[in-house]
Amino acid sequence: MTEPILSIQELNKNFGGVVATKDFSLDIYKNQIVGLIGPNGAGKTTIFNILTGIYQPTSGSVKFMGEDMIGLKPFQIAQSGIARTFQTIRLFKQLSALENVIIACHQDCTYNVFSAVTRLGKFKSIEKAVRDRAHELLEIVGLHDDAYRIAGDLPYGYQRRLEIARALAIHPRLLLLDEPAAGMNSEESNDLCKFVFDLHEKFDLTIFMIEHHMDVVIKLCDVVTVLNFGQTICRGTSDQVTCDPRVIEAYLGEEMK
Amino acid sequence: MAGYYEGLFILVGINIIAVLGVSILTGFTRLFSFGNAGFMAIGAYTGAILSKELNTPLVISIIGGMIMAGFIAFLLGKITLGLKGDYFLIATLGFGESIRVIIENMQSVTGGARGYSGIPMKTNIWVVIISVVIAVWIAWNLLHSKIGRNFQAIREQEMAADAIGIDSAKYKNYAFVISAMFAAWAGVLFAHYFSFIVPIMFNLVKSSEMTITVVIGGLGSLTGSIIATTILTLLPELARAAAEYRMLAYGVAVVLIVTLRPSGLMGYREFSFKKTVAWIKNVFNRKKTSSPEEEENA
Repeated sequence: MTEPILSIQELNKNFGGVVATKDFSLDIYKNQIVGLIGPNGAGKTTIFNILTGIYQPTSGSVKFMGEDMIGLKPFQIAQSGIARTFQTIRLFKQLSALENVIIACHQDCTYNVFSAVTRLGKFKSIEKAVRDRAHELLEIVGLHDDAYRIAGDLPYGYQRRLEIARALAIHPRLLLLDEPAAGMNSEESNDLCKFVFDLHEKFDLTIFMIEHHMDVVIKLCDVVTVLNFGQTICRGTSDQVTCDPRVIEAYLGEEMK
Repeated sequence: MAGYYEGLFILVGINIIAVLGVSILTGFTRLFSFGNAGFMAIGAYTGAILSKELNTPLVISIIGGMIMAGFIAFLLGKITLGLKGDYFLIATLGFGESIRVIIENMQSVTGGARGYSGIPMKTNIWVVIISVVIAVWIAWNLLHSKIGRNFQAIREQEMAADAIGIDSAKYKNYAFVISAMFAAWAGVLFAHYFSFIVPIMFNLVKSSEMTITVVIGGLGSLTGSIIATTILTLLPELARAAAEYRMLAYGVAVVLIVTLRPSGLMGYREFSFKKTVAWIKNVFNRKKTSSPEEEENA
């Protein structure tokens, strides 16, 4: 196979004496959908936070498209093409859905301060293009009719979709989804699966997701990694993983003998 | 009597320019500063010295004052903006007070605590009108561009702003520098209106007045800030006898606003005819579309 788009090697993270992540290694290739599962507190979100620069790892390396990501600030990592959503939704709550997406298009706004203040030059055409693009993204996630509603007032499922639309606005190559189906019933998570798969096809996206809903993971993920207490206990296709005795043990406890 | 009203008008205009800066910083970026009177002082003294010693035209004095304040804000921001909310506020508070003390002690340049006099009285009503129009225009355009949107992203959710690639440290410093420059602009006009300035004019009370004005007007509303400035500047003048109790009235007003209407007079909304119409339409549409949704939920 070709070079991985994201290559994580021997990642360790300790919080004081607590080992949150131990020797985590993973290669993600272009166009894969990769799942990360594990019981609560297994260190899944910690890995996302290291990948996006919120935490600095104790040791280990992260390479994205051949470039070293360790030590970069969160905004630099986002600019290099890694977008994410949050486990607890983090929208710009007081602003409209449209504004949420327009803000995320800031890298498309190539005008300078002078042009912004005077409205001269390319300001108007750029702003219009950005607005159109934001509308387009809202349409893709099915929020077109809600463009002018305040983000915080949207129903929960819509907020999740808006967060994804906002993430897509930064032209990501890799999308990290932190429990996209959290709090959804089976019907909603079915919709979500279809939605995520469509995005994957449409934008040529590589997706790395944390998810608890096994049906979502089985449907979407090409490869699944299972974590427990910060350690990788199993890796494989979703079928292999769900049959693995170590995974069952981690989730359900050891069999009585 | 005409002179009296003209004076009031000029004061309102000067306060509006200073408050616009605080509005950008506090209302749109959610950084609280109690040091903006310090930047006003830097502007006032720089502009005054330029005009008196070097005979520069008012425009140059204004630009000079703004550059000076902007430069100092840039350095201060670099050091202090890494601090979280309350700590940043304390740092600006300390800064504002130390600027005042520094000016008091630079006797040979600033005239010290006894003040700096003989500044040419170049601020008239036309200068103020033109200044306010330009200041509002700049603030409005800035806030309705990428820069203003990035400020709001930081205000709403800093972690998410970082996650979509906004350099929040850089944009916070932008907001700080811009607010300092607006304060300096107001300071230069102030100095050239009264022709005499003393450091005590730019104390903590002045800083807190500006922040309170923005809170009352609505954190996140430029027009709210302008309306609040006008009311709060004129109110003590209308009730002269009560003027001594101004700070008391401010305190009561803030308590009332925070408990009864936490988003301020205007909330997050701007006063604009077009938006008002759009808002009414939106309410109308929502009513229309909400019925099938409700069925679905039921």
